[in-house]
Amino acid sequence: MSTIQVEIVSAEEQIFSGQALMVYAPAVMGEVGIAPRHTPLISPLKPGEVRLDMGDGKEEFFFISGGILEVQPHLVTVLSDTAIRAHDLDEAAALEAQKRAEDALADQQSDLDVAKAKAELAAAAAQIAAIKKLKKK
Amino acid sequence: MAGGKEIKTKIASVQNTQKITAAMEMVAASKMRRAQDQMFATRPYAQRIADVVSHIASSHAEYKHPFLIERPVKRAGIVAVSTDRGLCGGLNTNMFKKALNHIGDLDDQGIEIEVATFGTKALGFFKRIGAKVIAETSHVGDSPEIGQIIGPVQALLTKYEEGEIDVIYLISNEFVNTMTQQPWMTQLVPVQPAEDKELSHHWDYIYEPDAREVLDGVLERYIESLVYQAVVENVACEMAARMLAMKNATDNAGAMIDELQLIYNRERQASITQEISEIVGGAAAV
Repeated sequence: MSTIQVEIVSAEEQIFSGQALMVYAPAVMGEVGIAPRHTPLISPLKPGEVRLDMGDGKEEFFFISGGILEVQPHLVTVLSDTAIRAHDLDEAAALEAQKRAEDALADQQSDLDVAKAKAELAAAAAQIAAIKKLKKK
Repeated sequence: MAGGKEIKTKIASVQNTQKITAAMEMVAASKMRRAQDQMFATRPYAQRIADVVSHIASSHAEYKHPFLIERPVKRAGIVAVSTDRGLCGGLNTNMFKKALNHIGDLDDQGIEIEVATFGTKALGFFKRIGAKVIAETSHVGDSPEIGQIIGPVQALLTKYEEGEIDVIYLISNEFVNTMTQQPWMTQLVPVQPAEDKELSHHWDYIYEPDAREVLDGVLERYIESLVYQAVVENVACEMAARMLAMKNATDNAGAMIDELQLIYNRERQASITQEISEIVGGAAAV
C-alpha cells in the first residue's frame, strides 16, 4: 500500500516526521482525511486531534491548538500552533505590548501609584495597630 | 612597606571579580548550547512555512493579500531584537549602529519610523534617540515562546493593515558561529518570498474555506515565525557574545593579578632591604 510523508511541526520544534497511510486533521470546515496522492490543498486547522493511520491497525494521535494544513501529493505538512490563537487574544496581546511601551516611555512614577501605595500602607498600619490592641487585651 | 596591604586587598578584589567572570563564562557556555538547540529546533517550521509562502506568492490566486503588495513608503515600522542584559560585548551596540544607519537613510528620504522592541536594551536605545516606540516586550527569558512575540508583531501588522505604515523591517543579530555574530536586517512586510526552486508552477492549492482566510493565517504565522526565529537566534548570540566577553574579562583579570603580584613582591623586597640597611646603619653608629 502506498504511504504519504507526514511532517508535523510547531514554531518551536519538530513534532513528527514519518510515513502514514492516511492523515485525519480537524480543518475549519470539518475533519478531513488525506490519502496519498491527494490534490494540493491548504486550510487552517481548528484545535483538535491530528490522527495518523500507521497501518496494521496502529494509530498515532497529536493534539494541536490550531494551525495550518498543507497538502501536496506526497507530503502532508501540519504547521501547528503552540499558543492558543484567536483574533481577540491576538489583539489583547498587541494592546498589552503597546501599553508596556507607553508605561516604559512615561518612565516617572505616576501619582496614582503613589496614592495607591500610601493607601495600602495606611491600611497595613491600621491592621498592625488593631493586632497590637488585641494582643494587649 | 607602605602599599603592601593595599596591594594585597586589590589582588583579592580582582581575584573575586575573576571568579565571577569565570562562572559567568561557564553559565553562558551551557546556556548557549541550549539556545543553539532551540535555534535548530525552530528551523523545520520556518522552512516549511517559507516554502508554503513562496509557493502561494508564485501561484496565481485570484486574491492578492495586502502583505504581498508593495506600496509607496511614507512611514516605516521596525522590529528591533536585543538582549535584556548587558555584559555581552558589542552585540547590542553593533546592532544599534546598523539600526541607526538604516534610520538615517530612511530619514533622508523623509520617512518616519515606528518601533516595536524586544529586550530592555533596544527599548532604552530607541527611547534615547527619541524614536516612537509603539510596542515593547522584554524579559522573554532564555527559551522564548511564540506566544510572547505575538503582541508587538500584531501591533505593527495592524498599523500596516490600516495603512499607517507601509513597510516593516526586522533588525536582529545573526549567529554565524560561536566567535562571530553580526547585525542583520531584513524586510518583513511586504513579504519578499524566497525564489522558488521550480518556477513553473502550473498548479495551485485548493483553498479551504477561501484564499483570503487561508492567506491571512499563513502570512501572519510566517511573519511571526521570522520574528520568533530572530528572537531565538538572538538568545544564542547573546550567550555566545557573553561567553567571549567573560573569557576576555577572566584573562584580563589574570594578567592584572600577575602584574599586581609583581609589584607587591618588589615592594616587599624593597622594604626588607631598607630594614636591613637601617639595622646595619644603626649598628655601625653604636
